[in-house]
Amino acid sequence: MEHHAEVLHGHTWLPYMPGKRDQLAMLLIFTVLFALAMGARQMTGPLPTAHAAQISLSPSALPGYTLRTILRMLAALAASLLFTLTYATLAAKSRRAEMVLVPLLDVLQSVPILGYLSFTVVFFMSLFPGQVMGAELAAIFAIFTSQAWNMAFSFYQSLRTVPRDLDEASVSFRLSGWQRFWRLEVPFAVPGLVWNTMMSMSGGWFFVVASEAISVGNVQISLPGVGSYVARAIQTRDLAAVAWALLAMTVAIVIYDQLLFRPIVAWADKFRVEQTASQQLPRSWLLDVLRRAELVQRAAAPIGALLKRSARARLYLPIHLRLDRLPISRETGDLLWYGTFVILGAYALYHLFQFVRPVLSWSDISLVAHNGILTFLRVLILIVLASIVWVPIGVMVGLRPAWAERVQPVAQFLAAFPANLLFPVAVYLIVHLRLTPQIWLCPLMILGTQWYILFNVIAGATAFPTDLREAATSFRLRSHAWWRKVMLPGIFPYFVTGAITASGGAWNASIVSEVVNWGDTRLDASGLGAYIARMTEAGDYPHITLGVATMSILVIATNRLLWRPMYAYAERRTRLD
Amino acid sequence: MSDPIHTTSNNALPTSTPPVLSFTQIGMSFAKPSGELMPVLQGIDLDLHEGEILGLLGRSGSGKSTLLRIAAGLIKPTAGAVHYQGQPLGGPTEGIAVVFQTFALYPWLDVLENVALGLDAAGVPLATAERKAQAAIELIGLDGFELAYPREISGGMRQRVGFARALVSEPTLLLMDEPFSALDVLTAENLRTDFLDLWIERRLPTKAVLMVTHNIEEAVAMCDHILVLGTNPGHIAASVPISLPHPRSRTSSEFQAVVGQIYAVLTSRMVESLAGQRRDTGLAQRLPEVSSHRIDGFLDTLAAQPNTHHFELSAIAAPLRLKIDELLPVALALHILEFGELNGDRLKLTAVGQVMAACDDEERRRLFREHLLKFVPIMSHICEVLDEREGHSAPRERFELELQDHLNKHDADATLRTAVDWGRYARLFTYDDQARVFQRGGLAV
Repeated sequence: MEHHAEVLHGHTWLPYMPGKRDQLAMLLIFTVLFALAMGARQMTGPLPTAHAAQISLSPSALPGYTLRTILRMLAALAASLLFTLTYATLAAKSRRAEMVLVPLLDVLQSVPILGYLSFTVVFFMSLFPGQVMGAELAAIFAIFTSQAWNMAFSFYQSLRTVPRDLDEASVSFRLSGWQRFWRLEVPFAVPGLVWNTMMSMSGGWFFVVASEAISVGNVQISLPGVGSYVARAIQTRDLAAVAWALLAMTVAIVIYDQLLFRPIVAWADKFRVEQTASQQLPRSWLLDVLRRAELVQRAAAPIGALLKRSARARLYLPIHLRLDRLPISRETGDLLWYGTFVILGAYALYHLFQFVRPVLSWSDISLVAHNGILTFLRVLILIVLASIVWVPIGVMVGLRPAWAERVQPVAQFLAAFPANLLFPVAVYLIVHLRLTPQIWLCPLMILGTQWYILFNVIAGATAFPTDLREAATSFRLRSHAWWRKVMLPGIFPYFVTGAITASGGAWNASIVSEVVNWGDTRLDASGLGAYIARMTEAGDYPHITLGVATMSILVIATNRLLWRPMYAYAERRTRLD
Repeated sequence: MSDPIHTTSNNALPTSTPPVLSFTQIGMSFAKPSGELMPVLQGIDLDLHEGEILGLLGRSGSGKSTLLRIAAGLIKPTAGAVHYQGQPLGGPTEGIAVVFQTFALYPWLDVLENVALGLDAAGVPLATAERKAQAAIELIGLDGFELAYPREISGGMRQRVGFARALVSEPTLLLMDEPFSALDVLTAENLRTDFLDLWIERRLPTKAVLMVTHNIEEAVAMCDHILVLGTNPGHIAASVPISLPHPRSRTSSEFQAVVGQIYAVLTSRMVESLAGQRRDTGLAQRLPEVSSHRIDGFLDTLAAQPNTHHFELSAIAAPLRLKIDELLPVALALHILEFGELNGDRLKLTAVGQVMAACDDEERRRLFREHLLKFVPIMSHICEVLDEREGHSAPRERFELELQDHLNKHDADATLRTAVDWGRYARLFTYDDQARVFQRGGLAV
């Protein structure tokens, strides 16, 4: 549900015009969801219920669980990379594929991941009946969906923006498609891809925790992992166990950051195209150690040589097969190609109608619409509140480099920390202080994602040109004018980036935060998220789909009608050339 | 046009071998947004023989880089034929290498790897590739820098890598796209001299060089033959063989004579094409990309010259360290506005131009305004439209589309940008770039 790729990489929105293609893509996706749902309803019967009681609450079991969670993350990362390299390459290299794949990706980005978790769980379970494998794959798929769209978008954009001179050089030196891909296109895409992976990874923790313990209708799953540990702790009202889980997750995130991402970011720096030596090189102690260790270097040398050899090989990529050489004109081809999808869309629409008619009534739709508006208002108000709090703080921190250096990693850590692990603590307080759930559950939605606003604002304030600040000081601009004319316009694009991410995350979080349990106590704040959660528990697939579709439409509409224009405005206003 | 042009004296060439590169009636057009074709190159004939450095000289927009890309096989011409060593050229070919204006080095490869990239396509074994790359690096004076990354080294060194990468594959034909224009004056001179030394001493495997440049002195210093390109559409305006012996001294009178001659060709071409435009409907007039501020400053410079009202362009350019791409547009602007008159290599201030050079800011703006309305059709057109319309405002898009009927998109955009700048300076109208709207206060002119 985020737009990291679009926003953070290159700071431009995609040039293609949304419209008919978007609608078609939406239609296709929802039909597939619906079809899956209908299939799932028939499948749930014979599936065994399993693995619920095996989770131990002993702290000594936690390291093992944490490791399992980490491995799930890694598996999903590998899958996302594979998807990125193929899907985005196809979209970038073939004009016709692009016409379909890019709008599809754009819509997929906006579908709330936790919403369709129920379908995918049932689907994967049916592939491996009675085995843990199905549930594992479902969890990995959930993490995959939180990363893959984003990464693919970033890669696609990089492929489309390869600098012209580098491209011409590769053509004039007659590199083959394979050589071009590994020596030009992939290296060029690396910085954006790494940054986007890191960002989506921080969202991934949230989903891995949510997808480890889930019950859909009469299917109950709990995979050994931190998420299941917390779910069990909630069932037994064990606050101490929640605390242990928080600790374990902190350790896991720090390990991931230090051992995986920091070295990769430091390494990826050499792929930046700007030919100036940057002032602040990203560093990693681990990478330094590896680069200097004689033994490691010697052990890695054959692998490096092998990689180099394979990148130099003159293989031709299969996508270079010219498919457009059919004896028809380009226009006719486009028409045929596009027509196929329109027919597919029409067919889908017909079936959607067939599915919907017997199970959904107008009252369902009005209920969902009401809930949708409620959640929409909550997200909006929360973003405004979070901005009021974090923008001034972010600016204050960002303008003091010494502070920024210390606060920024903390903010990034908080953004990565799966806020759903903290929910039990909040729920405990709400239950014990007898607060109104309709109001006090709301902050949970933005608990994890508000940090995106903070760290983007800090980044904006840090990047604010010193001369402009000094000019403002020398003209003795005071508080009001200073904020309105100098600082706020300066950080605006950064703020919008943060707010987009935060609102996308809040929509997703609503599914797990509008209905929460503490032992047998259940708090329900109503809203679209609560609706989807209730329907998931009941295993009522048509209604889940209705809820998910409504939420996707709301998210897409907000992106198109609010964030995109705001971003375009920020772009235009703050450019100097 | 003065004359010693077309007195071709190519150093005794064996006529039996085909030229390394030959263009026959090359033309290139791009589609306008309306679908109409916009020619950018027309009827280009050229032959590049063994042992020759051929220079393509022209202003931006003359299509010289497009020509080079056609020669490299990077783009296909829409008309005519290209032959490389007697064979039709179908795409990038073994034996043709390119040196890029922006170096086009891969930042993630070190110097050695970047140079070896020139051999990757040939499928040379890694060890051989590295040995050859090493040799090219030494030839071009880069030894010691093999393991450096491009961002660590200076611009001059980067272009040396560009040269080494092009030369490592032992190309028959070397194409250079403004190879020195991204470098500072000293570095450029240094690299030019080094390259010429290698060329003259025949230490390069290369048989012929095609170089694109907009720097007249550079072309005269290096080339055996210069083709001057005219604009709109790009065509060969003049062919100038240069038989000065190497090393050529820039201060020698022969050298300066050739430079002056080429200046004259370029300016007379400009004036000619300008006269052609006057006959067209008014909106087809291309405005040079010159800000009013620049015109203002140039007039001040001229006013400060001891010699009154008659200026030799090459003489003004040298002390100001201006390139033709910078000087000619200003001269052209003066010519369009009839503050000056371009004739060959000479710029003469008109009577009004002389008044302009002497008077104060307010008066200058008034004269500027009057001449804009009189001699620049797009300006009077914008004002008329604004006066007629309700609220005296009009969206930029309107004029953009009108201009695109007569000019290509790039020229239309540049012309409109200049028009906005000049109009603002003359206080003819205001323009809001946020709303992209032109606005005019009152009817008074």
